[in-house]
Amino acid sequence: MAQLPVALHISEDTESDGQEPSPCNEGAMHTSFRQLIQEQSSLVEAAAGAELEMPARDREPPEPQQDDEHAGYSSATLRILASMPSRTIGRSRGAIISQYCNRTARLRRRSSRPPLQQLSHAARPSLRQHHLDTDPAAATLEEKRSLLVKELLSLSPGQRSHMLLSVPLSLAEKRTLRQELSGQRGSPREDTQRGAPFSPCGRSKYHIILGCRGLWYGLLSLLPAVQPWHHALKQIGSRFGSSVLSYFLFLKTLLGFNVFLFLLLLVFVVALQAAYPPAPASHQPFTGLELLTGAGYFTRSLLYYGYYSNVTLNEPCAARPNCSAAAPPLPYNMPLAYVFTVGVSFFLTCILLVYSMSRSFGESYRVGGPVGDLAIKVFCAWDFKVVRKRWVKLQSENIRTQLKELLAERQSRSHPRSPCRQLEHVAVRLLAWGLSLGTVLGCVVAVHYFSEHMHAVQQDAGSRASGERRQEAVLLVLPLVVSLINAAMPHLYNLLATWEKWDSPVLEVYVAICRNLVLKMVVLGLLCYQWLSRKVVCSSEACWETCVGQDLYRFVVMDFIFTLLDTIFGELVWRLVLEKRLKRKQRPEFDIARNVLELIYGQTLTWLGVLFSPLLPAVQIVKLLLLFYIKKTSLMQNCQSPSKPWQASRMSTVFITLLCFPSFLGAAIFLSYTIWSVKPSETCGPFQGMETIYESGKTWVRLLEKSNPNITWFTWVHQYLLENTFFLFFVSGVLLAVIYFNIQVVKGQRRIIRLLKEQIANEGEDKIFLIQKLHSVYEQRERRS
Amino acid sequence: ELLPEEEKENARSVRIPKSRILTLPELRANPFQHRICRVFSTSEDGDDSMSFEDFLDMLSVFSDSATSEIKSHYAFRIFDFDDDGTLDKKDLENLVNCLTGQSEESRLNSAEMEQLIQNILEESDIDKDGTINLSEFQHVISRSPDFASSFKIVL
Repeated sequence: MAQLPVALHISEDTESDGQEPSPCNEGAMHTSFRQLIQEQSSLVEAAAGAELEMPARDREPPEPQQDDEHAGYSSATLRILASMPSRTIGRSRGAIISQYCNRTARLRRRSSRPPLQQLSHAARPSLRQHHLDTDPAAATLEEKRSLLVKELLSLSPGQRSHMLLSVPLSLAEKRTLRQELSGQRGSPREDTQRGAPFSPCGRSKYHIILGCRGLWYGLLSLLPAVQPWHHALKQIGSRFGSSVLSYFLFLKTLLGFNVFLFLLLLVFVVALQAAYPPAPASHQPFTGLELLTGAGYFTRSLLYYGYYSNVTLNEPCAARPNCSAAAPPLPYNMPLAYVFTVGVSFFLTCILLVYSMSRSFGESYRVGGPVGDLAIKVFCAWDFKVVRKRWVKLQSENIRTQLKELLAERQSRSHPRSPCRQLEHVAVRLLAWGLSLGTVLGCVVAVHYFSEHMHAVQQDAGSRASGERRQEAVLLVLPLVVSLINAAMPHLYNLLATWEKWDSPVLEVYVAICRNLVLKMVVLGLLCYQWLSRKVVCSSEACWETCVGQDLYRFVVMDFIFTLLDTIFGELVWRLVLEKRLKRKQRPEFDIARNVLELIYGQTLTWLGVLFSPLLPAVQIVKLLLLFYIKKTSLMQNCQSPSKPWQASRMSTVFITLLCFPSFLGAAIFLSYTIWSVKPSETCGPFQGMETIYESGKTWVRLLEKSNPNITWFTWVHQYLLENTFFLFFVSGVLLAVIYFNIQVVKGQRRIIRLLKEQIANEGEDKIFLIQKLHSVYEQRERRS
Repeated sequence: ELLPEEEKENARSVRIPKSRILTLPELRANPFQHRICRVFSTSEDGDDSMSFEDFLDMLSVFSDSATSEIKSHYAFRIFDFDDDGTLDKKDLENLVNCLTGQSEESRLNSAEMEQLIQNILEESDIDKDGTINLSEFQHVISRSPDFASSFKIVL
C-alpha cells in the first residue's frame, strides 16, 4: 500500500494497539491533523486518485475534478466518520471492551427495563460514555476496562467464564482482565476463607476437587486419540473439504447405529443361545461358498432365526427330569427375549435417529430463508482446512465456477424466457420424469418375473436332485440382478440430467437423489411383499424365516461386492482411461449423493433383516469398516473434489432425514407387520406353533397376571394403551398441534425480521443525511476561514 | 520448528518475522496469509512479526472451540483489506480476487465483478450506506451453518 489514501492515514493512528479514536485524546488528534494537512497538500500536488472511504463516493460528486479538493475539505468529516461506532467496533480494543460491558450489564439487568438515557444499540458502544456536547472526558482504555471488570464481577462464575471466552480480544488483554478480576475478588475471598473450615477435611476436599478436575482435563486431551479415524478424517477434510467429509461422517454415524444394535442383540439373544445350544442337527461341511450364499453350513447356525430355541433356557431343576444340579437356576425365556430385544432395539434406534435428525436440522435451518446465498458463498466459501498448493488452486477454480454459475442463474432469472422456450422446457422436464418413472416400473416388473423364474429353476433343480451347491449358487442370481439395476440406473439418471439442463445445480442434485431413492425403495417394497406373502419365494421351505434371512444376507453381500466393483470401475479404471487414452488432466469426481444412497440402501437391508438374522448387523459392521478404507484409498488415489456447490450441513440433514423416513420407517413397518400379522413357521425358531409372534408377548402377560394378581395395572396399561387405537390418535393429534404452533412461531419471527430490516434501512438513510449535513457544515467553515 | 535452536529457551518473548510464519504448511498456500499475519500480529513496528502469544491467539480463533462470534469477528478483520472497519467495494473486490485466484485468467471479468459486488451489497447491506460493517457481516454469517467448519485450521 504505497499510496495511503487520506482516510487510511487516520485509521493507521487508531489501530488496535490501544490508541483511542475518541475526540478526547487531544495530543494524538492534533498530530494526526497536522499529518492530514501535510498529506492533503502533497495529494493536491500529486493529483492522485484518492480513495475516499466516505459515502461521498457513491453519491457522485458534482464535479469529479474536485475530488482532491473534496479530500482536503472533508478531512474533518472523514475523521469523524473514522471514529463512528459502527466502524470502530471492528477495530479498536476499547470499543470491544465497552460493547461487552454493555452486554454484561444487559445480561444482569435482563428483567428490568433499561433507563431512557441508555442509548446503546446492539453493536455500538454505549453512547453515554461519549457525551456528544463539548470535548468530553470520555473514558480511556483503563477506565473502560475497569468498568467491564466491575460488570463481570456481578455475574455468576459460569456466566463470567463464558463471557470471557466469547470476547474477541487478544490473549494478553484477556490475561489482564482476569488478573484484575482475581485481584478484585481477592479481598472477598479472604473473608470467605476465614469463615471456611480450616479443618483437614475441607482442605483435602479442595485438593480432591482440584485433582479430579486435572484428571478430567487429562482425559479430555486424550479424547481425539480415542476417536476412531480421527486422523484419516482430518486428512480427507484437508484435501477435499467438508463436502466429501460429510459422506465419511455419515458412514461413521451408520457404524455407530449398527454397533449399538449388534451389542444389544449380542448380549440378550446371541450369547445366551450360544451358551445353551439346542440339539445339534447334522452339520453340512463348510465350503467357501457359504460366505456368499449364507446357506449350507450357516443354515443351522447362530446366524439365522431357525437356530433359536422356543423354550426357556436353563430352567430350574424341578421342571426338568434330568438336569445337573450345578447349573445356577436363572431361567431365561428365549422367545420373549428375542421379540423384546428386537422391539426395544428398534425403539431406541428410532429415538436416536429422531434426536440426531432434530439436532442436525436445528444446526442447519435458518429462519430468514434462502435469500442471500451469493453473499454467503463469497464470505463462507473458503475452506481454510485445505492446505496444499494444488488443492488450493482447485478450490479457487471450484469457487470461481460456482460464482459464475450463480451469476448466470441470476441473469437468467431477471430476463424471463419467451413462452415458446418455457413450453419446451416444461415438455423436456415432463418427458424426463416420465422416462425415469417408466424405467422404475419396468425394473420392478422385470425383478418380479425374474424372481419367479429363478425360484422355478431352483425347485426344478431341487427336484432333479442336482448338487446342493448348484442349487444355492442359482439363488445368487436374483441379488446380482437387483444390485446391477441399482448400480446402472443412477448413471442413466445422470445422463438424463445432462440432457435436461437444469439451471440451478442444487436442484439438479435433489432431483437425482429423488429419482434414485424412488427406484431403490420401490424395488425393496416389491421384495418385501414377495418375502412376506411367500407365494414366490421360499414357498416350499419348512423354515421360511431362515430362508428370508438367507435371502437378505445374500443381498447385503452382493451389495458390498457391487459397491467394490463400482469403485474399481467407476473411479480407478475411469481415471486410467482419462489419463492414458483421452489425455485429460481431470480426474473423476466423487459422486457424494450416489454413494450416500448406497449406504442408506445397505442399512435398510440390515434393518429389514434383523428379525430373521440376528447377526446381520455384525455383517454390516464388517462391511462398513472395509468400505471406509476402500473408499478412502480410492478417493485419495483417483478422485477430485466435486465441482458442484454442496452445502455440507444442509445435505447432512437431508441424508439423516432420508435415513429416518423412507428407510427406517419402512423397516419398522415391515417389522411391525411381521410381528403382528404373519404366522411363524411350525417347525423352527423361537415362535414355533404360535398364531403370531405377538402372541408370545400376550401369553406372557396373561401368565404374569395369573401368577401375581397385584400387577393387574400392567395388563390394564397393555390393554388400553397399546391395543386401543384411541391413544395413538390422541398422541398424533397432540404432535400435530405442536408442529402447527412451531410453524406459527416461525412465521411471526419472519415478520419481525422484515420489520427490523426496514427500520435499519431508515436509520441508514438518517445517517447519510446527517453525514451530508456535516460535510456541508465543514465545507462552509473551510470556505469562511 | 519455526524457531532456531538457540532461541528456544526464551520462546515466550521472541518474535518471529513474517517470512518464517509463512513457511508453515497451513499458511503457505493460503491466499489470506498476509491478512492473517497482519490481524494477529501485535507488533508495534508494523512488520507483522508474531510472538508466541499471537500464534496462540491465531490457533485459538481457528480452532474448534472458538465461538461463532469470535470467528466472525476475526474473519471480518481478515477480509477488511484496508483496515478501515468496514467492507467497502474495494475490499470486496480484493476478497473475490483472493478467492478465485491471483492469476489473470482466473479472475472474474469486470462486468461479472460489478454484478457480483452489486448483488452482495444488495443482500447484506441493510442500512444501505454502501459498505458492510461488522454487524451486517455477522448477520450474513449467522445464516450460514457451514462457516464454523470452514473457518478452521487443524494443525
